[in-house]
Amino acid sequence: MAIIVKFDPSKCQGYANCLIEAPEIWDFDEDDDVALLLQEVVPESLRAKAEASARGCPAHAIAVENQSDA
Amino acid sequence: MDHVVVVGASLAGVNAIEGLRDRGFTGEITLVGAERHLPYDRPPLSKEALSGGLDGERLALRPPQWYEEQGVTLRLGEPARALEPGPKRLWLDSGGQLDFDGLVVATGSSVRRFAHRLCGDPARLCQLRTLDDAQRLGDQLEPGRRLVVLGAGFIGLEVAATARTLGLDVTVIDVAASPLARVLGEAGAWFTDLHTTHGVDIRCGTSVDSIDPRSGGGVVVRSPGRATLEADLFLESVGAAPAVDWLSGSGLVLEDGVVCGSDLRTSHPDIVAAGDVARWHNDLFGESMRVEHWTNAVEQGRHAAGTLLGERESYRSIPYFWTDQFSAKARFVGRADAADDIVVERGEDSAVILFGRDGRLRGALCINAPRRLARCRIAIRDGMSWTEAAADLATCA
Repeated sequence: MAIIVKFDPSKCQGYANCLIEAPEIWDFDEDDDVALLLQEVVPESLRAKAEASARGCPAHAIAVENQSDA
Repeated sequence: MDHVVVVGASLAGVNAIEGLRDRGFTGEITLVGAERHLPYDRPPLSKEALSGGLDGERLALRPPQWYEEQGVTLRLGEPARALEPGPKRLWLDSGGQLDFDGLVVATGSSVRRFAHRLCGDPARLCQLRTLDDAQRLGDQLEPGRRLVVLGAGFIGLEVAATARTLGLDVTVIDVAASPLARVLGEAGAWFTDLHTTHGVDIRCGTSVDSIDPRSGGGVVVRSPGRATLEADLFLESVGAAPAVDWLSGSGLVLEDGVVCGSDLRTSHPDIVAAGDVARWHNDLFGESMRVEHWTNAVEQGRHAAGTLLGERESYRSIPYFWTDQFSAKARFVGRADAADDIVVERGEDSAVILFGRDGRLRGALCINAPRRLARCRIAIRDGMSWTEAAADLATCA
């Protein structure tokens, strides 16, 4: 089952913790100091990393959902 | 296992609860906390919460209804007093007792005290660990006042930057040769330049002889061989110690924290530990460590929950922290202690400092360079050689 990563850039405070946890899913705009979501639909194989990036966001800007829930 | 008690209304504690429920644990959970507040986020206490006023709702780690939804019984404002592992019983300061099947130790750190011994009126000294501490300090940060900070660690430097930005006159004193010396060694000197540029007086390599109350408020600070400093405010930030006093006499093995195996289980099979308080064997670095960082508390809390429920996995992690001071967003991965190779690359507004040991990249400090940091974390995980890492840095600069 694929998973969906939801990102609210307006909440992003530029911690970059998501990029540290899951560079496969995130990039970072160093000029504007904001995270960039590379792929919203993420394969099951990256679930642990996607969830770690959500947990690791102190600004609560990231949520992870199962695709079937969406 | 019917009843799990989580001691510590903390980041690690909240994540332990989430870890238990996510794994399908349906038994009773009791959360014991020394403070009267619901668990809150501590990093903002030295930054936006000091300058912009405290917003309890924004600081809360979870909304109040979350605890009810998760079936958590709250015992807040009731510090743990003693643990009896035999009958699996926890005693509270209030005199209450809780019998448990499994216990999570997540009591975090308490501030180290040094300056109060030098001061005739310790009530004039501020510290910063709790929400109440931040409230008290924040109320006094008025432009034009003079702040002296003892201790150039993360908290001390972050408060110095916040206070300076608010227009205070700030001096930071530390006995070490450079700021953040315990974590970064000599590389911490980068922060001296940052603070000096913004008008903070950084006095490293010096100590404090006396702190005398001044008539009309504040204190007079004397350092050996230095001019006397008059301060309206004095913050003591000389580090933290694991909060384990309540465990003395419990029989749990303690040694600069609660000693755990690589899976975060303590010396008692039904007791695990997580966060600042846990000293565990990190297989990834092949050494015992204790880490006082935010991300570590999150991940260890979840991992410890799994171990309590019978999982046997090692907690392997690359320590990671951040600190924001003025315009510098500094992020660090890995370990910098006992580095035998260090290379520094400075950009216009950024810097990357790599730390190597035994021919391998082991740690990286990246200032205003998060993409480099992500690369370094992968390189450390994969055991990249020092030669390759240093060459990689040169090509990216």
